[in-house]
Amino acid sequence: MKSKTLLTEATKSTSFKILGWLTKLRSISFPKKIGTEKEPTIPWGPFKAMVQKEIGDHIRNWRFIILFSIIALACTGTLFATLSDGMKALVTDNSEHSFFFLNLFTKSNGALPPFFVFVGFLGPLFGIGLGFDAISSEQQKGTLSRVLAQPIPRDSILNAKFIAGIIVIGLMLFSLSFLVMGIGLIAVGIPPTAEEFMRIMVYTVLSIVYVSFWLNLSILFSVRFRQPATSALLGIAVWLFFTIFYPLIVNLIIKGYEPSKYASSQALFFYKQLKFYLVQIIPNELFDEITSAILTPSVRSLGPLTMEQIHGAIPSSLPLGQSVLLVWPQITGLLALTLLCFLLSYLIFMKREIRSRG
Amino acid sequence: MDEKCIEINGLTKKYGDHVAVDNLTLSINKGEIFGLLGPNGAGKSTTILSLLGLTALDHGSVQVCGIDATRYPLEVKKKVGYLPEDVGFYNEYTGLQNLLYIARLNDIPIEQAKEDATKVLTDVGLEEAMDNKVGSYSRGMRQRLGLADVLIKNPEVIILDEPTLGLDPEGVKKFLQLIVRLSRKKGITVLFSSHHLHQIQQVCDRVGIFVKGKLLAKGEISSLAAQLFSENAFTLELGISAMSQSLNEPPLTINALTHKIKGLKEVEQLDVKENHLVVGSQKDISIALSKLIVESGYGLSYLSKKEYGLDDIYHQYFQVESNS
Repeated sequence: MKSKTLLTEATKSTSFKILGWLTKLRSISFPKKIGTEKEPTIPWGPFKAMVQKEIGDHIRNWRFIILFSIIALACTGTLFATLSDGMKALVTDNSEHSFFFLNLFTKSNGALPPFFVFVGFLGPLFGIGLGFDAISSEQQKGTLSRVLAQPIPRDSILNAKFIAGIIVIGLMLFSLSFLVMGIGLIAVGIPPTAEEFMRIMVYTVLSIVYVSFWLNLSILFSVRFRQPATSALLGIAVWLFFTIFYPLIVNLIIKGYEPSKYASSQALFFYKQLKFYLVQIIPNELFDEITSAILTPSVRSLGPLTMEQIHGAIPSSLPLGQSVLLVWPQITGLLALTLLCFLLSYLIFMKREIRSRG
Repeated sequence: MDEKCIEINGLTKKYGDHVAVDNLTLSINKGEIFGLLGPNGAGKSTTILSLLGLTALDHGSVQVCGIDATRYPLEVKKKVGYLPEDVGFYNEYTGLQNLLYIARLNDIPIEQAKEDATKVLTDVGLEEAMDNKVGSYSRGMRQRLGLADVLIKNPEVIILDEPTLGLDPEGVKKFLQLIVRLSRKKGITVLFSSHHLHQIQQVCDRVGIFVKGKLLAKGEISSLAAQLFSENAFTLELGISAMSQSLNEPPLTINALTHKIKGLKEVEQLDVKENHLVVGSQKDISIALSKLIVESGYGLSYLSKKEYGLDDIYHQYFQVESNS
């Protein structure tokens, strides 16, 4: 009985949302009808207000300002190091196949790690930083019950937090990408090719997905745990686990399967494949693979290849579509993880009874 | 005038084995100020949450302004203003900004919202502090801002959950006056939950007493007293003093006097503390009693009929509850 009434609330709000999307779609495809059609049941105005407030809160927040400046400084630092040191080498090196603008993202002079490493490393922290107190702090301040007393569906709180987070993350990553491209353009004077530009855009969109995975994970923790400190620590613990401990554990496991020097190629292949698949569940690795495939057009495979598979291949770079196809499973996996986190927090939040500060 | 605004029918809510609200049936008329009185943990907040559709019910139905609150919580929340217990605000925003945010969540156009917000803030007496950050507000100001928050959506019903908690006596008085004034002016139904007897007594038309998830009694305060104290319907308090001037007869001793009073047939109870007497009786015997005392050579320094307050009702209920 209890779950039934809850379900009615939940299904009703989702059907609202679907209706909302439909009208949005309609208004996009038939722009003339906007003025005449009015759906009083869909609370778009309040939702917009909530998203605006969340974005405003993020941007004014010191946490955001500090993290953003760290990431921006690190990225421009690498960029300048790369440009001052290896610019000539980058430009002159095999002008036919080198992707100069992609090199800006993937190469460095060795003093500082390249751009993509910084994004891969600091992005999760950024996502966790934006989301870890999303719900719990509102509950502690007593504002959650106040907002819930207004005529808005309960899920729009969660949706607004999520959308606002994604917008802020997208803003940051796009501005960083454009910053790097712009500086490269000024320094070298060669415009990027369409292919390069598209690759950088695809990379940026996918890094938004990656950071929003961490955002969602930390929102999930903030829904589940009352104390913001708990959810922040847990988020960082998961991040540390995936970046440091999980690879160690994987190393331990595959040590046991390590074939001898005289092992058959089949055993060798099995060993390599095991090594490849064991790391496929962690988001960092998925993102690393996506990055290398998108930003390095010459990457043709991520896992092990047999001699037959390589036989007859032309040693050239792949077009963008093929690169994306190469990491399609990884992209799907990353999206699935993100949605899973969102789904879990949605479920927990919709079932929760909200009392003031309780 | 007898239009029902809130109707609760057989509401039951359990948390595990604990029954928070047990088969509650209650209806509140339009324009009425209803007090929900009970100790902490009696199920007042749970009842209020169910009125807003914020919690799932195990049994029963709740209707607010004729709308089913569990089925259509959004419609109900458009008509009901709810001030939660210990309400929180965004401290880094000003009072006006906090209010405008709520107005926008209610889909009030921004221009109108600004106008309304200034008006409502003036109503609650915060017009001078509205551009200060809420972090700098005192407890009383926050509570008044909470009331402004509730009023800006122009509600038909206001639900206040322990609104006077943590306010000083002067603040409580002002806050209660504010509620009564606004409710009467706009004809808003008010549901007021508290465990402070006197506050409820001051403002409410009707009261419901709530203990352990059950509504023990409801009605006007005077009729509640009549229900409860039927065995000693009248209690008189008297102060007597010996009159030394009257020389004809020597005054009786106190003991002799009390004996005489007990001799009156209606008197059922008599407590004596020096010059202070408390007489319980079935009927109003104040005239007979005063005559008797004066004739006995005593002066009457005061005589008053004791009015039963909510306090007594409350304690009476707790006695009943703990005895059973």
